[in-house]
Amino acid sequence: MAEITLSHYLVLSMVLFGLGLVGVAVRRNAIIMMMSVELMLNAANLTLVAYSRHHGVESGQVMAFFVMALAAAEAAVGLALILAVYRHLRTVNVDEMRQLRR
Amino acid sequence: MSAAAVVLPPFGRNPVHAALALVSTLFFLACLFVMLSATFLAAMQILVYAGAIMVLFIFVVMLLNLRKADLGDARITGMKVVTALAVLLLVGKVAKVAWTGAGAATSVSLRSGHEEFGAIGPVGDLLFRQFLLPFEMTSVLLLVAVIGAVVVARRRFGRGVE
Repeated sequence: MAEITLSHYLVLSMVLFGLGLVGVAVRRNAIIMMMSVELMLNAANLTLVAYSRHHGVESGQVMAFFVMALAAAEAAVGLALILAVYRHLRTVNVDEMRQLRR
Repeated sequence: MSAAAVVLPPFGRNPVHAALALVSTLFFLACLFVMLSATFLAAMQILVYAGAIMVLFIFVVMLLNLRKADLGDARITGMKVVTALAVLLLVGKVAKVAWTGAGAATSVSLRSGHEEFGAIGPVGDLLFRQFLLPFEMTSVLLLVAVIGAVVVARRRFGRGVE
């Protein structure tokens, strides 16, 4: 364990992404699923920044910046959708939202 | 690597616990950004994620005011185990490639572009020159998202059903 290498960051990012993926796939609470999506976006951000440092080019950081802006937009719209759905159906459980499945 | 160990998985059954765990995860990610000398991005991470987005999440959790029964059951079903194992397999495969791939063993702390790599100056320069069009499109996207969120969450839509 002399120094932190690029692969440390990549593996950590992959683990975070996996946790987010499990969260989206396993949890049925819509709010927690949104949080898991945020976690996956952050894992992608960590990869972008790590590679940006590795190559000595700042474009990766600009990309991560755009991902952040996108995540903010996604969170705003997604949470508004959850609110609207909750008003109609009185639930945030995605298994009970089956109006389109009939 | 000590910072990596503190990253918590946001998997509380209670959404508030999950949100708090996610805040700490985002904070430690900001620390990792500082270690990668992306100081501007670390500041943005704290401001945008730990600040704005998480406040939004907490607000929605409090607005919905879910009861215990709404949180869903915490039973471990076979489907959940299979899903977790599949994701674990995927993560393991990709992590192995990341661990043994070309250039993976190089220390990131040694490779640097210039003195103030990742400071607000160079990043902003890149943002307003090379990536000016995407930057402006981002502002339009955020505007659309704000208007869309207001329209979707407006109370008038839900009145007919209740």
